[in-house]
Amino acid sequence: MKRHLISAADLTHDDATLILDTAEELARIAGRSIKKLPTLRGRTVVNLFFEDSTRTRISFEAAAKRLSADVINFSAKGSSVSKGESLKDTALTLQAMGADAVVIRHPSSGAPHRLATSDWIGGSVVNAGDGTHEHPTQALLDAFTMRRHLAGGPGGGPTFHRGPGDGTGRDLAGRRITVVGDVLHSRVARSNVALLTTLGARVTLVAPPTLLPIGVEHWPCEVSYDLDRALAGCDAVMMLRVQSERMNAAFFPTEREYSRRYGLDGTRMAALPEHAIVMHPGPMNRGMEITAEVADSGRCTAVEQVANGVSVRMAVLYLLLGGNEPAVTTHRTEESK
Amino acid sequence: MVEDPVEPARPVLEAPDIARVLTRITHEIVERAKGADDVVLLGIPTRGVHLADRLAARLAKITGRDIPVGSLDITMYRDDLRLGPARALARTEIPDEGVDGRLVVLVDDVLFSGRTIRAALDALGDIGRPRAVQLAVLVDRGHRQLPIRADYVGKNLPTSLRETVKVQLSEIDGRDCVLLGTAPGHGAA
Repeated sequence: MKRHLISAADLTHDDATLILDTAEELARIAGRSIKKLPTLRGRTVVNLFFEDSTRTRISFEAAAKRLSADVINFSAKGSSVSKGESLKDTALTLQAMGADAVVIRHPSSGAPHRLATSDWIGGSVVNAGDGTHEHPTQALLDAFTMRRHLAGGPGGGPTFHRGPGDGTGRDLAGRRITVVGDVLHSRVARSNVALLTTLGARVTLVAPPTLLPIGVEHWPCEVSYDLDRALAGCDAVMMLRVQSERMNAAFFPTEREYSRRYGLDGTRMAALPEHAIVMHPGPMNRGMEITAEVADSGRCTAVEQVANGVSVRMAVLYLLLGGNEPAVTTHRTEESK
Repeated sequence: MVEDPVEPARPVLEAPDIARVLTRITHEIVERAKGADDVVLLGIPTRGVHLADRLAARLAKITGRDIPVGSLDITMYRDDLRLGPARALARTEIPDEGVDGRLVVLVDDVLFSGRTIRAALDALGDIGRPRAVQLAVLVDRGHRQLPIRADYVGKNLPTSLRETVKVQLSEIDGRDCVLLGTAPGHGAA
């Protein structure tokens, strides 16, 4: 069985393109007065959030509702989890309520995988961020945004900030993507490296050595400590949030030094190629990894990424739940069955 | 799927027949819509879209005006979605004029069970409120499962359920023809 989305690395090139193409069609629904499709009527999607999240939960909720699924929101705060209930018992409860899909965010890496490979629940499991491991739908929406801007122009070229184009059927072959900042704590970076590589892009990670994970040299990407050198010639630069809530040690001397060496300001943005876009998964720390000048410029796609998130999550839910079996393959879950 | 070549598919309409039939349908639309002032053509992917484009070109020639033409994907409205894996979506392209208060002519290649058209009517209802909806098809092969009929029919083709009807169009298949064949198994396609 192949019915879960746990890791961006599980997606083949065809799967990823199918999801992005489906999202491209579904994005057009957002422009209509009736933003709803009857496709998942009668299906139940549970948002199981063990960790605070606003945009991801709302995004999944909007996506499921636009497909007419019933949505149950479950957050650990104020639930039986705070009374000490285990993941297993929570899952069994959800199974008893007839959940067709469980969208899970959990502070522990691997929790969605545990849920998917157990026999606790019968539905699909969608990873909405687990610890410092993966956040596959974020990577999909980032790739979707990049494809629209970098491959949405005439002939598959960049759009030069004339608004997002239509990248249907295209991938990111040969595009150079720079991911900057707190890679160590970032599940977004990990998922993005996997997915962007699958789509043919070349990824460079830029971070202080203290904010790079052990084993990063085995990732399919380049690593640099020099932001200015990495910016020249890149097609998109993705600024990661400095996750101070996960920083239990001193990873860099001062915030000021961090932002001077690894923050994106107007001068650095001007050094980017003309067509390059600036991305941020949000929430932004203005003045830290990105200045207000850059965040508010026409090249920053942060707000667009949020809108694209709904389309991409609709595509994922549709492809996993729309038929009698999922339309995307995910190797890992296949093996485990 | 392995094609069972018991009886090779035989063409029932060739390119000149299809051209003639589309021209006749165009004239019927103009006649019934009294000049086709407010007509919007919506093709159902895949081949319906190309048929709609051809009808629009012919209508433009007759009326001297550009006729709005678009496509309407019905995948998300199908009643058989849960009988197979989730299907890839096709493009829905509604002309800038919209469909509100207009005469929408749905265009498809083969009218069979009527379920596609049922889905198309549902999809259309989420997009706007046309003045009226009509249906143009290249081939009506019968065996309706819903109370739906076409307003403009290229050719009525009485078939048995063991037979298959395949429309080929030059835009996709390299040639224009309608093929009548025998299903390798049995039952409805």
